[in-house]
Order: sequence, then structure tokens, then C-alpha cells
Amino acid sequence: MDKETAISELGDSRIIDMYRRMVIIREFEERIRYLFLEGKMPGTIHQYIGMEACAVGVCSALEVNDVIGSTHRPNGHALAMGIPMKDIVAELYGKANGVCRGKGGAMHIGDLERGMIPAIAIVGANMPVVLGAALAFKLRKEPRVAVSFFGDGASNEGAFHEALNMAAVYRVPAVFVCENNQYGASTSIKLTTAIEHISDRAACYGMRGDLADGMDVLDVYAHAREALHTARSGKGPTLLELLTYRFCGHSRRDPSNYQPEEEKKRWKKKDSIARFRSLMLERGIITKEKLDVLKKEVEDSISEAIEYARHCPDPDPEDTYNDLYVGMEVPK
Amino acid sequence: MKMGIAEALRKAIHDEMTRDENVFCIGEDIGITGGFGGAFTVTLGLEKDFRDRIIDTPISETGIFGAACGAALMGMRPIADVQYGDFLLCAMDQIVNQIAKLRYMSGGKLKMPVVMRAPVGVTGRGSQHAQNLEPYFLCCPGIKIVAPATAYDAAGLLRAAVRDDDPVLIFEHKLLYGSKGPRQESGTFDVTSEIPEEDYVVPIGKGVVRRAGSDCTIVASLLMMHFSLAAARMLEEEGISCEVLDPRTLWPLDIELITGSVRKTGRLVIAEESPKQGGLGAEIGMQVSERIPDYLLAPITRVAAPNTPAPFSPVMERFYVPQPERIRDEVKSLIAES
Repeated sequence: MDKETAISELGDSRIIDMYRRMVIIREFEERIRYLFLEGKMPGTIHQYIGMEACAVGVCSALEVNDVIGSTHRPNGHALAMGIPMKDIVAELYGKANGVCRGKGGAMHIGDLERGMIPAIAIVGANMPVVLGAALAFKLRKEPRVAVSFFGDGASNEGAFHEALNMAAVYRVPAVFVCENNQYGASTSIKLTTAIEHISDRAACYGMRGDLADGMDVLDVYAHAREALHTARSGKGPTLLELLTYRFCGHSRRDPSNYQPEEEKKRWKKKDSIARFRSLMLERGIITKEKLDVLKKEVEDSISEAIEYARHCPDPDPEDTYNDLYVGMEVPK
Repeated sequence: MKMGIAEALRKAIHDEMTRDENVFCIGEDIGITGGFGGAFTVTLGLEKDFRDRIIDTPISETGIFGAACGAALMGMRPIADVQYGDFLLCAMDQIVNQIAKLRYMSGGKLKMPVVMRAPVGVTGRGSQHAQNLEPYFLCCPGIKIVAPATAYDAAGLLRAAVRDDDPVLIFEHKLLYGSKGPRQESGTFDVTSEIPEEDYVVPIGKGVVRRAGSDCTIVASLLMMHFSLAAARMLEEEGISCEVLDPRTLWPLDIELITGSVRKTGRLVIAEESPKQGGLGAEIGMQVSERIPDYLLAPITRVAAPNTPAPFSPVMERFYVPQPERIRDEVKSLIAES
């Protein structure tokens, strides 16, 4: 599928919805960063700023019963899957009403009811889990696909190798999406990986490999659609690499001084949100006035979510003992 | 029908797979025609009836346990198998970080009905195919641990594990399997039981009194349970009456059964096949001393392996594994001192 086909398949309203989700992710992450730096939010943060096209492009291509696995950087995926902002913020605050009832935190956002396995923060570790989800779909002959999001760093974990090999052997309906943002924490991919494209590794497993522009949401959508279709029709998994970039630090207060200024500038020019906005305006999909309204709506919804979360009750400390086992109390 | 542990497990797995089509097995060499049926024949021949649901894997333990985790999240009931318990360590991240924690981290929204099977026991293979890994998982909230010492319990606990909505790790002892044919172990113990044809479960969390007595309580599982029974028989000839308890489930412990017995005998010896450091005995001993300190006539003691890896030489191995005589002597000296 090429971009033009994607545009006509999607239609204006879904395109605008994708744009809205990207803006939500960008604005949400900026506000969370502000709250965190102010010291008003506990824990740590790993942000998705710059990578919005990856989550939105892939998740917009899913069917309703598909599932995703995510990483320590889950907010983009969670928002793209439609997990309510207020439930995410409440979780970030460690509140009783959080999406994981305060037991997960910033690195474990997710809700299987909405197709997202609570994020797994061990690098590469969601890949075998997603393989298992896909295996279940295959065993039960359900037309569902399981999608794993992971970073370039995860591609050097043993779990990557085991999961991809087994996924190819069993031809499970899975898509492995490598969000190559060029850095594993502070270390450039060039220092850790001798090949140019991680997607080339697909060949080693007898699996379909593909590469897309992770700064272009329509390109991501088109490639994801194809990978999902291949998986769903029993033709096996795909390793889909998305070339992208973080416009923020790895975590917490990281100023990302390891990203060279020249490089940052080059990637900023590819900013997926700016590019998508220009395309929509050029093609008359949306007017400038409506874009202003959309931005205001997004900002207001984020403010509301934060306001809601701040006023949620803290969990009872004794709630620590709940939710571990299904059928028994925690032995004391 | 009389069966050993391997046969009883095979029957129980077959029954569960027949009863519930969400049950499947995943592991190395488990369903290869002309192969072994797993390292100790437990799944031998099951592929004939369940070709799609006996999944042979590459040698990829992280993949096996990760796949079990993901499939369980989607409503399946996997039975994941390693050839030797030692290989669980290759999958430790999936077991400890995902299988044990995902339900908790989700705020109780998920279920993780994964069964994990792992053979343990020091059996002439050196240090890396011989560990008793129970202590590694005793400190891991979120996993239930069972350790059947008889064929009856093996089948009953496996059924209970498959039907449980939480992850259950089953430790099976290589010398107790009763595996037959080319996969037979030397030095095995006959623990065949009469296995009823009808459905039954052994509840998780319930121990059992294997031998009633009044002077000293011995708690032991798997091979050590059988060694403790042998010690108790020797002690009987010397006029000492031992109560032998088989916890059957190591977590959650049937601590009421143990404290009830120690209230009566006033003495407690824990026999374990793993090194003494950080072991099952430490956990059981502390739980008892916290609960009923006033009932103890003597200090709680442990008979355990040395704090070393398992050595290979048969001479050293026999020294390493607590023998019935060591358990007997420990009980005798405890009684002499109190």
C-alpha cells in the first residue's frame, strides 16, 4: 500500500482523528514533563515526543480485537490505543483510580480491555509475550494480530532473537515494530549495531522485513496495514522498522546532550506533526481555523485530565496486599 | 491403576487437554515422534492425540515462558516445560518480571494461568543439571510452588495447577519420576500410587502428614520426604517417634499443619536437598519460630546440602545430598539435647 491509497482508504475524518491523537501525545507529554520537573509527580518519566507518528500510524491500522505490547515508554501507545488520558495521568500520580490502580506507574501503563497489554519495562521482554498472544490467536483460529513495539536497543537482546525465530517458525499473526529512535538511552545505535537497518535482520529468521519513515504517519500506516494484512491472512509475521527520533531526553531530566545539534536540527525538519499538518492544509482536509480549535480542545482535555487525576484519592496503603493472586490472599 | 509420577502426570495432562481446549503444552522435545516426550517422558505420545497443542520449541527458554505468558493473557492455559529445572534461569526475566508480576502491575485486571514444570534433584550430572531451585522462587511473590512426592499428588496437583488462575510452578524430582525405557534414571525410588480413573485434584496449599509421631516433626518434600520417612523408620527402632510432614505446596505454605505438629512434638527438623543458605528451611523455621516460640523444646534445625554447587563425583555427591542417616542423626542429637 502506498501513501495515496492510505489517504483515500482513511478518508478525511480518520485522518483528522490521527492528527488529533498525535497532537494529544505531543501536548500530553509536554505537560507531563512540566509536572514532573515541577516535582509534582512521583516516579520517573520516559517520553514519546518526536515519535508520535509511530504509535498513531500503527495503532490506526489495527482492527478492533488486535492487541499491542509496549515498553518503558508507553504513553504514546496508550494514547494511540484510546486509553483515557485521565486514567493515565491518575496512574502517573499513583492514584487509586489510575489505569493500573496505582500499582503499575509510568512504565507499566496499559489496559488489555483496550487492546494494550500493560507495558513491560524490561527491554525486549514484551516480544516473547506478544509472540505468545499471537500463538493463542493462531491456536484458536481467531483473525487477530498481536503487535510488539520495541526500540532499537531491544534488537540486541536475546529475547528479540528467540521471539522472532519462534514467530517465524510458527508463522504466528504478529507484527514486530522496531521504533528505531537512534539511541538506546544515551548510546547511539551506531555504537551498538554494525548493520545499517535492523529490519535486515528479518532475513535471518526467514521473516518478512520492512522499513518505513517513522516521521510520516501515513507512511507508517501504509506499511503497518500491509504487515497486519500479511499476518492476518496467515502469511506470517513482519519485522517492521520505523526510522524515528526522540525530541526529548531518554528519561527524567536528561537534556540529551549526546544528540548532536546538527542531528537534532535535521530530524526536527522531519517533525511528523508539522509535516502532517501541512499535508492536511494543502489537500484541504482541514482548515487553519479548525486546526486552532482542535489544538484548544486537546489542551483543554489535558487540563481536565490533570485536574481530575490530582483530585483522585490516594490508594489505601494496605491495598498493597490486593491484586496479586486471583484465588488467595497474600500470605503474611 | 498403578502409575509412577511420569505416567500419572501424562494422564493428568491428557485429561486436562481433553477437558479444556485452551490447555496446551509448550517446551523442548516434548512431542517429537520417535523422541523422548520431554527429558523424562512425561509428555510421551501426547502429540498423537493433540498435534496442534503439543508445541515443540527451539532451545529458547525465554521464548517458551514469554509465549506461555502472552498466551495466558489471551485466555489460554499453557503448560510450559523445561528439560531441567536449571534452565528456568534462562527464562528468569519472563517468569519473575512478567508471569509473576503482570497481574499485580495491572491492578488485578489480568489473569496469568500459566503452569510451569521443572525437574530438579542432584543426579550425577554435575552442577548445571542438578539444582534444587525451590529457594530461587520462594522469594518471588506472585507464583505458587508445588512439589509432589507421590504419583497421586503429582496428578492431583497438576490438575489443580492447570485449573488455577494464578501461575503455578511444579517441581518434579528426577529420581521419583519412574520414567521408563531409555530415559530411565539410575537410583530411582518407586513412588507409584493407585491413580483413580475419575477426576480429582490435590488442593494447592494443603500439606499432608505422611507419618504420625510425637517426639519430633520433620518437614521435607520430594526426595527428602522419602529420606525422612526412611529416617523415621530407623528412629522408631530406637524408640523415637517422628512425625513426617510433606508440605506438597511450598508457597503458600500450609503453615497451620506445620505449627500444629510442632505444638505437639516441640521439635522441628527441616530436611532439604538444596544448600542451607537462604533455603526452604530458613523460611519454614522462621515462620514457625515467629508463630509458636513458646512451644519449642529445642532449636529448630536444618539438614541441607553444603553451601556449594553440587559436585559430580559420586563420592562427593553422596556426601552432598542429605542421606536418611544424617536426618536420623540430627533428630537424635536434638532429642538428646532437650
